[in-house]
Formats: sequence, C-alpha cells, structure tokens
Amino acid sequence: MSGGWSFYVIVLILANVVGCAWLLFANRSVQIDPQAKGQSTGHDFDGIEELNNPLPAWWTWLFIGTIAFSAGYLVLYPGFGSFEGVLGWSSAGQHEGEVAEARDRFGPLFERYAAVAIPELVREPQAVAMGSRIFANNCAACHGSDARGNRGYPDLTDEDWIHGGGPETVVQTITHGRNGVMPALAMVLGGEAGVEDVVQYTLSLSGRDHDAAAASRGAAQFAMICSACHQASGTGNTAIGAPNLTDDVWLHGGRPEDIRRALEMGLANQMPAHQAILTPEQIHLVATYVLSLSAQGEATGATETE
Amino acid sequence: MNFDVVEKNIGLMLAGIIAVISLGGLAEIVPLFYQDAVVQPIPGLRPLTALELEGRDLYIREGCVGCHSQMIRPLRAETERYGHYSLAGESVWDHPFLFGSKRTGPDLARVGKRYSDEWHRAHLVDPRSVVPQSNMPGFPWLETSQLDGAQTAAKMRGLRTVGVPYTDEDIAGAQAAVAGQSEISALIAYLQQLGTHLRRDVP
Repeated sequence: MSGGWSFYVIVLILANVVGCAWLLFANRSVQIDPQAKGQSTGHDFDGIEELNNPLPAWWTWLFIGTIAFSAGYLVLYPGFGSFEGVLGWSSAGQHEGEVAEARDRFGPLFERYAAVAIPELVREPQAVAMGSRIFANNCAACHGSDARGNRGYPDLTDEDWIHGGGPETVVQTITHGRNGVMPALAMVLGGEAGVEDVVQYTLSLSGRDHDAAAASRGAAQFAMICSACHQASGTGNTAIGAPNLTDDVWLHGGRPEDIRRALEMGLANQMPAHQAILTPEQIHLVATYVLSLSAQGEATGATETE
Repeated sequence: MNFDVVEKNIGLMLAGIIAVISLGGLAEIVPLFYQDAVVQPIPGLRPLTALELEGRDLYIREGCVGCHSQMIRPLRAETERYGHYSLAGESVWDHPFLFGSKRTGPDLARVGKRYSDEWHRAHLVDPRSVVPQSNMPGFPWLETSQLDGAQTAAKMRGLRTVGVPYTDEDIAGAQAAVAGQSEISALIAYLQQLGTHLRRDVP
C-alpha cells in the first residue's frame, strides 16, 4: 500500500476511535441535566414512551474497554495503515508456523520411513496406514477408495502391472505420471472385417469365447501390427505400458464391443504427475501402501490394513 | 438531544444514510483498489483461452459455485489437502470471481491437472461411475450440447474493457476456437487450468 493510502487509513481509524470516544463522552451519565433524565424523546406508541436516558454505567465501561482494546490491537497487529504491528503477525506467517510445527512433529517420522526400502516398509503397519490416508485423499477419486480401480483406472490390488510393479517403477509412476496411448487402428487393420478378426484373436488370447476361424485370420494381423507393443505372445510390454492381453484383466473392458472400440477409436489414458502435489516422502508412503495391497506386498508378509 | 431534525426530515435522513454508506465504502473497499497484492497478477498468470472462457461460463450456468469453492485458505488443513493457499493475484482477471462460500464438494481452486480429462468426462456425466460415494448431480447434457462461439468474441471484448489483457488476435480467433466443441470439453478445459499458474511443472 502506498504512503498516501496508508495515511488515509490511519486518518480513518483515528477519526473512528475519536468519534466513538466523543459519542461516549457526549452521552455520559453525569453531564445529563438531572431534570432531563427520564424525559420523553417524543416517541410514543400506544402509550409506551421512549425515554431519553443516559447510557448505563456497565455499558459505558464496556465501551471504554473496547476503545482501549482497539489501541492495544492496533499496536500489536496489522491494521494501522501499513504499520505491521509489533507482533509482526500475518495470515501467511501463521500458516508457515503451522506448517513448520507439523514438519517438526511429523518430519522425523516421514524421514525415518523414507530411509526404509519399500519392500521392507510394507511390513510396518503405521507406514501403510499413513500411506492409505494419502491415497484416500489423492488417489481414490480414480483408483477407488479400495484401490480396486475402475474402467480405465487400473486395479492396484492385483498382480497385473501395466508399467511394472517394482517399487521404483511405482514411485516413478506416481511422481511423473503416465500417458497410455493406443492408436486407432481401423484403417491399418483393413476396416470393419479386419478389426473383427483381431477382436476375435484378442478374445482367444485370454481364453474367452471367440470365433476360431476369425481368430486365426486375426492372428496374422496381430503378429504384424499389434505385436509391436503387445509382443507376439500378447503378454504386453511394461517398458512402454502395453497391457498384457492374455491374463483376462481388462482395463477398458473385455467384451467384444469394448475391444472393437479400442481398436477403432484408439485409447488415451492418463495418470497425472504428482510431483507438484505430494512430497517425495509422501510418494514413498503411497507406493508402500499400494504395494502392500498386491500379492507382492503379501509375499513379504504385509497384510491389508483396510 | 433533539432527534426530530433527522427523524422528521426524510431528505436529510437520506443524505445522512448515503454519507455513512459512502464513507464505509471509501474506508473498506477503495484502499484495496490500490493494494498491489490484490490488483497485480501473479507471474505466469495468463487470461483464459476462448474455450476455457466458455467453460467458465458453463461453470456459472450449471451452478458449480453453489457447491464448490475456489478459495484455499491459509490453514494447514486446507493446504495439505488442496495445495498452496489461494493468492489474490491469481483472481485479478476473474470477472465475476467464483470464490464461492459453500463446500458441499471439494474446493476446486487447484483442481487443474489433478485428474485426467477422461476422468473429468466420466465424472461430469455420471459422478458415481468414478466416485461411488459422490452426491454430485450428473451433467450428461454437457456431452451432447455443442458451442457455436457466437458470443465468445463479444465476451472477450467485454472482459478487455475491465482489464483482462486479451489481444486482437485472441478475440479474432475466439469463435473458430470454440465453434463445434462440446460443452463438456470447454468445462474440462476450464477446470484443467484452475490454479495451475503457480505450478512450475505445468506449461
């Protein structure tokens, strides 16, 4: 605030305080003419009169108290123009204080857990519980409060990992996010009939009901085009996030029409990066929680907490 | 004391009321117009694009502000959940501002880039398809309604007169940028930029 406006605010505040003091002084009990005390103001409603009485003493003292309080407040806290107050209080400063207090209180705990490798940390119930709270606030909207996912949002409790389920990979996924892209392939596969053949072949990979003749035609197409990402065996490639098509786990649905749509329209899936939202220590704990849910967690002896 | 003078002279009473209210405004509102922290945009702030601007108007039309605030207060409980507290300099080009005061749903001041576009699409059409506990209503018509962009340039010109730095090119290209887009795309574009200007990792 510029000097001029600061002066303006100071003048306003002083005028207010002085004005209040004057109002109080002008209405004080002792000055009122004893004869005038109890006189009617002329307001008369059905015989009920309003009398011009002075302020009661308790009220006067309360008023004096508020004036004294305002003086103390303006010395201690910001308010008097650009004067910041003796205490130097600000809402941002108070927030920083709260954050620093929390850092002092919880920081050592986060640091202690950050130093423990995730495969070991899944056996620490408190770390898993802390991770579950962070998960509930940041991850549950997509992956579900039970982490079992949804269409388009992977189930994190199974052993199937699109980008790999190693601790470093999971941390990487949370930190930097992922972009899952499958191109639209209707043109490449030769239109509707070609797509249908590949749909049938894809169904056959996981042992679903399929048309064997169409599937055998689709196998050639699959080997030529789809295998670039999903591998010739259809088992996928975690390095580029191509899902395993043989395990009957379906991220975008496993009905023929779901597969057909994926082939015709392509897919674009995104996991947002969380490096600007969570600290590395928090990401470490979320990854711990996530891995505690899956078989990898159970193999190391961790149990589900929720 | 004689009260009759003001009580029985309505003209004088009116003048007195106007004087008191004007003084109140002069004291409480006017100094803020000249406070840098309130009127200067934060570094990195950009005006909404034509599509985002239409999305903002849909946010207003559908009454999102009735259940979602866009104001993270400087309290640790809020900054832990939502991110950095809101700064006045982030809202200098919001006309009208959409701070809101009701939080039936979560605060949206920093919802941008927290969820994928696809998530927003599914969530706006049917919130319970992604968040089973949600009590937010669905807005399926956003997906089928299209924008024609006929008013977009006029809106941007209007905003320019109140200080939003739109260029002539922005305004000239506004209709083309919006026409034919679905309403849901516009609303998602608006949501995805909310509060991202403080973030270093978002271009």
